[in-house]
Amino acid sequence: MNYVLLAEQFFNGFQLGIILFLVAAGLTLIFGIMDLVNLAHGTLYMFGAFFAATFVLLTDSLILGMIIALPVMLVAGILLELTVLRTLYERNHLDQVLATFGLIIFFNEFFLIAWGPEGTGINLPPYLSGIILLPGGITVPEYRMVIIVSGLLVALFLYLLVSKTRIGMLIRAGASNREMVGALGINIKLLFTLVFGLGAVLAGFAGMIITPITQAESGMGESILILAFVVIVIGGIGSIKGAFIAAILTGLIDTMGRSFIDVALLQIMNAVAAETAGPAISSMLIYILMAVILAIKPSGLFPPKGA
Amino acid sequence: MNLAILKTPRGIYNSILILLCIFMPLIAPAIEQEFFTDVFARIMIVTIAAISLNLIMGYGGMISFGHAVFIGLGGYAVGIFASHGIESAYIQWPVGILVSGIFALIIGAISLRTRGVYFIMITLAFAQMIYFLSVSIEKYGSDDGLTIDARSDFGIPFFDLNDAMTMYYTVFVLMAGCLYLSYRIINSRFGRVMRAAKSNDERMHTIGYPTFGYKLTAFVIAGMMGGLSGLLSANFEDFVSPDMMFWTVSGELIFMVVLGGMGTIMGPLGGAIIFLFLSEVLSNITEAWHLIFGPFLILVVLFARGGVEGFFAKFEKRDD
Repeated sequence: MNYVLLAEQFFNGFQLGIILFLVAAGLTLIFGIMDLVNLAHGTLYMFGAFFAATFVLLTDSLILGMIIALPVMLVAGILLELTVLRTLYERNHLDQVLATFGLIIFFNEFFLIAWGPEGTGINLPPYLSGIILLPGGITVPEYRMVIIVSGLLVALFLYLLVSKTRIGMLIRAGASNREMVGALGINIKLLFTLVFGLGAVLAGFAGMIITPITQAESGMGESILILAFVVIVIGGIGSIKGAFIAAILTGLIDTMGRSFIDVALLQIMNAVAAETAGPAISSMLIYILMAVILAIKPSGLFPPKGA
Repeated sequence: MNLAILKTPRGIYNSILILLCIFMPLIAPAIEQEFFTDVFARIMIVTIAAISLNLIMGYGGMISFGHAVFIGLGGYAVGIFASHGIESAYIQWPVGILVSGIFALIIGAISLRTRGVYFIMITLAFAQMIYFLSVSIEKYGSDDGLTIDARSDFGIPFFDLNDAMTMYYTVFVLMAGCLYLSYRIINSRFGRVMRAAKSNDERMHTIGYPTFGYKLTAFVIAGMMGGLSGLLSANFEDFVSPDMMFWTVSGELIFMVVLGGMGTIMGPLGGAIIFLFLSEVLSNITEAWHLIFGPFLILVVLFARGGVEGFFAKFEKRDD
């Protein structure tokens, strides 16, 4: 086994995990507090990618573009909440699923028409396109490190927000008993809007920082959304800690599986069989992980208390 | 059955749906829209999947967001066997239905232990797992899918699925059979337990019904029926691909059931007809028909609870 490759794939997996966490954290908060199944959460991720691409193009600066895109993301999230999603809180899960499915269909088509099937991208400025050399000959692209560090900073910020501030206290209280928070005189509608805005910013931020590596394209939200579902089911719906651990776990297992499972299979079967079975098994790996965890703990690793 | 029911608006509407299915091969040439026959064959194939989804979602309260996976499993049973030169329907069909059933048993056993929103996400995730599996296997076409050279062979003289009319009426008879089967299931003791579990699971437990087994059985029946839809689709299109079980197809199936009227026997047929005709018409008007379809879907959810059947049911009450 090649340890340099192993380490590099570890960073790739960790980076995927960070992106998954950013999307899953908002999703799990919105579900935990508003009891809303928001399929359109992946759409917010796509919003982030396109907003960032647009503003980076306009300002000709990666950092400035992203800084402008963040408040725009917040506004977009709040507008979406006020116009459509707010009416869905009182509805059952089926209505929520269908209505947000309708939002996905609309916005995917919208961005497809506006930017074409190839979408658009962001070029990395020279100061971010270098490579970091770690001890032992391991190389990590600078920008990948930026994603990991900024994701971890957001995770830390989220932890402090939820556990140390008054807003965080309300969020935690809302997650365990919505009606009671409302009964205590808290403006629950405002809290819901704020939480949705926060979730939108987190998902949008994930979309922004991934765009220089991938692309901003129509339909990009749904592949990440379904992975984020796996993450929050594993982590326990409503738990940010669970989302973080499950996201990193899912990112690592998915990436490592794709790189190393055919190597591992070579030990037990011939080359032709391993080449066929490798991609098949690695594409199913995280779903098998989810099935195993659910078989043992049906409410995920960290089910929120009181739910 | 009481024939008076046929004279209500809802009865007339449902009769028209069935008559359209029966006579479309005659109507289509008469109005010089030959392709309507193909559209209706597709509608009836999709209806079979919608009936099976309605069974668990409308009557059992199990919102499966991965139902298209069974269409895919049934379809690939035909495709994979055909690619190995095995064309006998007596191998393809039982295996396709059995594989769908076994897969339903496995994901049902895992996901029915959870409730509500977990169920939606888990069924979606497992369906995506099979989707990605089908994409990853190059031997069976990956993204490009498999072209099927020969339709399922039943070995009966004068019964050849390559004949367009034989194919059409085979689909019709099977769809009608599934409608009847769902009617019988809903009104059986089994169906009543399932419906009662939907309205109050704890009460059913308390009075001594192990509802898990009932729900799992319903889920497996629905899975097998979905597999049948896939077998027919593969035969009709002469083609299978991962696209037939993409998650959006599952979403569309849910929408058809809701549009037609969830928890009604004939709802899935009406929903499938309206949905597929609407998408046919809209996509002829503009390429960007999803821009209209998305908001339409949201409006139906927000303002038209009960779907078309619900609309006619309201009508009936006013008559009384």
